[in-house]
Amino acid sequence: MFYREAGQFKASYAADQAIFPLRQDQWGVALMLLVALVVFPAFGNEYFFQAILIPVMIFSLAAIGLNILTGYCGQLSLGTGGFMAVGAVACYKLTTGFPELDFIIVLLLSGVITALVGLLFGVPSLRIKGFYLAVATLAAQFFLSWLFNKVAWFQNYTPSGTITMPPRDVFGITITGAEADAMHRYVFCLVFVAVLAMAAKNLVRGPIGRSWMAIRDMDIAAELIGFRPFQTKLLAFSVSSFYVGVAGAMALSLWLGSVETAEAFDINVSFQVLFMIIIGGLGSMLGSFLGAAFIVLTPIMLTNVMVGGLGLQAVTAKHFEFMLFGGLIIFFLIVEPHGMARLWQIIKEKLRMWPFPH
Amino acid sequence: MSAAERTGSDREVMLSVENITLSFGAVRAIRDVSFDILKGEIRAIIGPNGAGKTSMLNVINGFYHPQQGQILFRGAVRRQMRPHEAAAGGIARTFQNVALFKGMTTLDNIMTGRNLKMKSWRTSLLPAMIYYGPTQREEIANREHVERVIDFLEIEAIRKVPVGRLPYGLQKRVELGRALAAEPDLLLLDEPMAGMNLEEKQDMCRFVLDVNDEFGTTIALIEHDMGVVMDLSDRVVVLDHGEKIADGTPDEVKNDQNVIDAYLGVSH
Amino acid sequence: MMDFIDLVVFGPILDMAEYPAFFLEVVFGGLMSGVMYSLVALGFVLIFKASGVFNFAQGVFALFAALTLVGLMTGTVPFSLDKALPELPAWVAIVLTLLVMVLLAIAVERIMLRPLVNQDQIIMFMSTIGLAFVLEGLGDTIWGSEVKALDVGIPTGFFMLGEIQIQVFDLVAAAVATILVVVLALFFQWTRTGRALRAVADDHQAALSVGIPLKNIWIIVWSVAGLVALVAGIMWGSKSGVQFSLSLIALKALPVLILGGFTSVPGAIVGGLIIGVGEKVAEVYWGPLVNGAIENWFAYVVALVFLLFRPQGLFGEKIIERV
Repeated sequence: MFYREAGQFKASYAADQAIFPLRQDQWGVALMLLVALVVFPAFGNEYFFQAILIPVMIFSLAAIGLNILTGYCGQLSLGTGGFMAVGAVACYKLTTGFPELDFIIVLLLSGVITALVGLLFGVPSLRIKGFYLAVATLAAQFFLSWLFNKVAWFQNYTPSGTITMPPRDVFGITITGAEADAMHRYVFCLVFVAVLAMAAKNLVRGPIGRSWMAIRDMDIAAELIGFRPFQTKLLAFSVSSFYVGVAGAMALSLWLGSVETAEAFDINVSFQVLFMIIIGGLGSMLGSFLGAAFIVLTPIMLTNVMVGGLGLQAVTAKHFEFMLFGGLIIFFLIVEPHGMARLWQIIKEKLRMWPFPH
Repeated sequence: MSAAERTGSDREVMLSVENITLSFGAVRAIRDVSFDILKGEIRAIIGPNGAGKTSMLNVINGFYHPQQGQILFRGAVRRQMRPHEAAAGGIARTFQNVALFKGMTTLDNIMTGRNLKMKSWRTSLLPAMIYYGPTQREEIANREHVERVIDFLEIEAIRKVPVGRLPYGLQKRVELGRALAAEPDLLLLDEPMAGMNLEEKQDMCRFVLDVNDEFGTTIALIEHDMGVVMDLSDRVVVLDHGEKIADGTPDEVKNDQNVIDAYLGVSH
Repeated sequence: MMDFIDLVVFGPILDMAEYPAFFLEVVFGGLMSGVMYSLVALGFVLIFKASGVFNFAQGVFALFAALTLVGLMTGTVPFSLDKALPELPAWVAIVLTLLVMVLLAIAVERIMLRPLVNQDQIIMFMSTIGLAFVLEGLGDTIWGSEVKALDVGIPTGFFMLGEIQIQVFDLVAAAVATILVVVLALFFQWTRTGRALRAVADDHQAALSVGIPLKNIWIIVWSVAGLVALVAGIMWGSKSGVQFSLSLIALKALPVLILGGFTSVPGAIVGGLIIGVGEKVAEVYWGPLVNGAIENWFAYVVALVFLLFRPQGLFGEKIIERV
């Protein structure tokens, strides 16, 4: 009843093109940001930040990256884990190699480096239509894992083969390294991801986004009305890799702190992020967040219920998780390829009509 | 302005097709075909199924590359043109089977027609990511143009509807809108009225004539409905089995023995 | 610079020339894994040709078939890990497993393919990733996830051919794979169903319009893919145990497809053999230069390089696009 657009007139195209044209939505977003920025930091504890909020934020960013490629441009990548590894290693090498470099610059540069590495795999495979990118990104996944594992330079020759993020400050507050407070790391993640998500939204709602979607929906027609398929797909893949790379850099520096690259970013991470965007919603920014939250939270809940509550073995819970995720993928692809984001939209449409059925 | 005046010999040639031959392996789709399209005219390409009409359009906008012959567009020779070059040069088209971007709204579909007119996105990603400022200004300026196209085609009501949900006739109209949004000099229409009912056909005819009249857009169209072809077009070229068998005003073509044979069949 | 070329190019080649018997053994070993890749790739090609679906789950099919087979042979009670049922002889278990694979094909067609028909290929592809996860979880839940030994009575041991040591098992595997391929080829070429399958592969619409029931064709082709997976699963499982990694190794069928072309049966076979030999030779002779383990990615990178020069694959056809 309160969710109505009646009486809200758009007098300019700018207003019509706003991301949240409805006043109720604007209030909703403001409220969410308030909760995320004020309520969570005030009441959250270490576990809540470290095990839930920070990974959700970081995976949301990775999911946005993959969604740009898959949801908006219709190309499939199975190497998200490998590219996150590139971001993480780039972040590590940059921080240790150039200690004066500002941390935010390091994160962004890690993304840029990942995009460049992505080009190596995208150029041969995106010239041709079909599933070649999927295979090329699989190549990236296995090759990069091997590279970072075997070439000691990438680990600064540490005997253990792990990479550890040294402490870094942003605006005088330590946010990386073992001493960094989880709440501070969370707030930084939140702001950083929000800004990058906004930038991604701006990209996809403008001409660039339209060129991606045109290629996704009908590549031949897009080509015939003047888009260049290869360049368009390559741009999507680069931007996507940038986001994924930044997410990888953040995963190392703000979440895990110290990782063995090949293990932390293996092929399962690629599938996880893919599941996030399918379940959350292909071609939806909101879906990227919803999907990330779902995929991060579900295993935690499953473990709590099945192992903690029902006393089953952890491995059983893991197998159940496999079946659940796989089943949900098929379910969503059949019933609602736009995922949870679309379900949310349907709820809003129903709300608009409420209490009338039609 | 009558058809005779419009096709007067002093008119500038917009595009001429010279001795085009196109084959796929052993199959000859087009054999040594030449014709021209004058500025401002409506030129129909007709012929039985499999005559090579759509292949001809694909050659004109650079999707197929002919083995022989050349295309002169505004006097310049274009041998190996790519589709995006054709589009940038002012050639827009619609398709035989509707080829809209089905996941996008009517508005976004037509906006894609403006993409080549929008410059900032090709130079840098950063302004596009920031959006506010030059990108937004350009977006709004182009939106205004697109809204004029939407008004012209009388599809205001379906502006925000995903095109996949629209009925066929409206989809064809949206597709025309997408082509028009590019402000083309030459508009290629591949069977714009196929599968429409009478009313929809009349609407579409009106739009085609209006586009030609109001914007002076040159139009080349493929159509099977002879009534439509005779009414709309200034000149007609007839293809059969990849060869040109007739070329002239609708009346000339209508009485051409070759054309009658091709359509009605004759024992060779 | 010369040293580098010496190390990377001449060194390994000299090694090969110096001990030719060892080199041949490496090649034989490679051919054997190649046969496995070929079998999985063959399953891919069959399904892709007939239903346009790029079946990511093909490798998991092999795992699932092998798990089921071991489970039946050891008399495992599903979902419980108890071995309370009578142990079945190998041939009975194989027949039952084949039945399970047919049921699986029917279920896949009913539950997944039918609602998704006419969807974009990418949607179909992603749904098979979902299928792969379901089957992996299901297989492990039903039969347990520990590494299992599989012995269906394929003879082992080796004999010497000159200086070269040849594994009997490998010969049997190669023979079985060859027989399978020949039988399939005959089936496709000479039976009514085979003709229908080829018709469907050529053009769905046209096949439908002459009265070929698409549903049944899909079930048949997925069943055949299940059979191929079962054979691959038996070979692989007997050799290195039935375990999760089988489905990952099977992913190498994807680069095989790039090499061979997505729609070519001979391509799948030749491509598989090339990849199998290539990666073994590379691992043995070049691996030590870079700390080894290049087998994990060699196939993919070869495929990537291949893309640059012959994107349609060894046996693929060039496609004419229409609008």
